[in-house]
Parts: sequence; C-alpha cells; structure tokens
Amino acid sequence: MPEVQIRKKFTAVEEIFHEGGPISSRPLRRAAALAVIHNPFAGAYVKEIAGFMDDLKPLGLEMARSLVKALGGDPKVVEGYGKGAIIGSAGELEHGALWHVPGGYAMREILGDAKAIVASTKKVGGPGTRLDVPITHINASYVRSHFDAMEVGLADSPRADEILLALVMTTGPRVHARVGGLKASEIKGEDGLR
Amino acid sequence: MADKMKASIRKIATFVEETRSEMGHAVNPPTRRAAAVAVIENPCAGKYVEDLSELMLIGEELGELLTQRAVAALGIPATAVESYGKAAAVGENGELEHAAAILHPKLGAPVRKVLGKGAALIPSSKKRGGLGVALDIPLGHKDAAFVRSHFDGMEVRINDAPRANEIMVAVAVTDSGRPLPRVGGLTKGEIKGEDGLR
Repeated sequence: MPEVQIRKKFTAVEEIFHEGGPISSRPLRRAAALAVIHNPFAGAYVKEIAGFMDDLKPLGLEMARSLVKALGGDPKVVEGYGKGAIIGSAGELEHGALWHVPGGYAMREILGDAKAIVASTKKVGGPGTRLDVPITHINASYVRSHFDAMEVGLADSPRADEILLALVMTTGPRVHARVGGLKASEIKGEDGLR
Repeated sequence: MADKMKASIRKIATFVEETRSEMGHAVNPPTRRAAAVAVIENPCAGKYVEDLSELMLIGEELGELLTQRAVAALGIPATAVESYGKAAAVGENGELEHAAAILHPKLGAPVRKVLGKGAALIPSSKKRGGLGVALDIPLGHKDAAFVRSHFDGMEVRINDAPRANEIMVAVAVTDSGRPLPRVGGLTKGEIKGEDGLR
C-alpha cells in the first residue's frame, strides 16, 4: 500500500468560559487535530483499499498524541472524543471510511481504556468544506451532557486528490449542560454505552 | 481568569497550521503559523458610543494575552517569531469603529513587548459579520514590512462567533514566511532593521 503523504497539519483548541450563563470554574476545552493527506485512490475506482488503514495507523497515533498535548499533556483530562473525514472531489465516500479503524483505535490507545465507540462523520467536499465532528463520552456513549460537536475545516483543503482527516477530544460536558439524562458520574462502564 | 479582566471573554480559540509540502514539493523545514482568537462581549453594542476608550483598554489587554497564547501554541521562543498580524470581526450590533478601537491605539505595544521586538507595522484587517464569518488575518515580517517572502495571510473562523453583541479579536504569529517563496523582493537576510520597513 502507498505511503501516507501529508501536505499540512492543523490544530485548533477552544477554551469556553461561558455561553451567556455563569462562568465555568473549569472551562471546557475542545481540541481538533487535522491532517491533509494525498488520496492514493483518487481519480479511479480501486477495489482493494483496506490495506491503507494500516498505513494510516502511525498518523492516527501522532494526531491523538498531539491532541493530548494540546490539552495540556495529561490523557486523564479527556472526557469526550470524535472523528471525521472530508474526501476531495476525485475520491469517494468509502475512502473516508478508511479512517474509522486507525483514527478511532489510536485515540483509545492513547487514552488508556476508553470503552465507547468513537462518534464519527464523513463527506465528500471541496476546499473550505466544514465538517461538524460529533463528540460523545469516551466511556459511555449515552452520557447526555457530553453530546457535543466541533466544526472544523480549512480554506484550502481538501483539494480534489486529498483527504482531510480529523480527530477531536474534549475535556468535559457542554459548558451549561442541563437537559438531564445519564450523567458521567453514573457510568457503569461495562458495555461502552451506559 | 476571564472574570478578572476588563474584557468579558466567552471563549478563546487557538489554531496552529503546519505546511509540509506544496504540489508534491517538500517544505523543509515546514512553515508554521498560529492564531489566537478571543470572543468577547462588545460593551458598546446596540448604541452609538462616542468615547471608545473602554475598547482601547480591552485591546491592550488582549494584545498581551493573545500573543502569549499564539506563541505558546506554536511552541517556540517568543523571540523566534518572524511575522505577525491582527484582525477583528464585530458582531451585527456593533460598529466597524469598535474593531478599530480594539486593534489600533493600544494592542500593538504589548504584542511587541511579548515578542521582544517588532519594528514593523502590524498588518490588520477588520469587518462586521455574523456567526462563522471568516477572518483573514494579514501577515507581515515583524521587523521589516517589505520582506516579500513573509507577505501572507491566515484564515480563521469560529462557527458560533461573533454573536450580535460580541467581537472576535485575533493575533497571528509565524516562525516563517510562505511555504515556497520565489517571487523575489527583499529577503529576511537583507533586513537593515532601521525603520521597520526594510
């Protein structure tokens, strides 16, 4: 399988103090790591693509590590995560699906024993396309306070023969979470759901 | 932190971009740039306010905070910064002049203090816009505005800002110029550093 060629990397960190309500004593932080890579399958239908997932593993780990670093270096502060991909116009949606395994397992590996599935989204789009990366709790998908999303995108990416890969981590619930549901303190941690 | 400051800050975002290749041609070392953006309440929103000194003081405070954040995000010594820029976007209940009050009278001095130097004008842009508006922060060499390899810009945006009564304020710094500069002009090796221009 082809080597992963990275054109650019991008990191975004948001620190949210309030959203019209009381100022949080523990501001919510969200971080996104993006990598824009060449799509080795652009321009043609290629039947066998799955081997590229292995090639993407080192990049997944590098991006997951960079997110923990952007959030201060301690993986224990991470409470939510998500992932996504935007495939340039000469590629197909299925190419974005190559990111599920290397992106998701990289974050679980770096975070220790995260149990919940990594929420994800993907689409085909041109340069400047925005992607709302969904976010859920790392140990129990049903924790309602941690349902969130982070919008990412780059003005010049992805070009037609590129894929923009995204990983996202957050440090807590929505800043004024108050719509009930399963709380993080109630997680049983048996099935990754509750 | 947010409640001890003159500015009422709702959120701060930082962005770091690293370019490793263009058209298959390696960029080595990669070019890196960072922006720090604060989303603040606009104390002058919704009415005409003649005296904008409150915004000027907020600009002074944000000049220091955002430059520190951007340099930290880049992970380099402040003295290694090569180019800089600033920008602001005012929400729909504010005036373009509010952006000017934040950016121009007092923001620059603390930026230069953090960087240790900065003889050149800090290039700037401003606009009024709604949520998710793109801010193109112009970039120029910090010691000599005519260094052509460092004429650049960085786009930033935050999907939920600025709200009508808010202002987005941005400072950007780099460790380099454009990825593969080759249109001539003054180079950074030729800077005389006397007037901030050349």
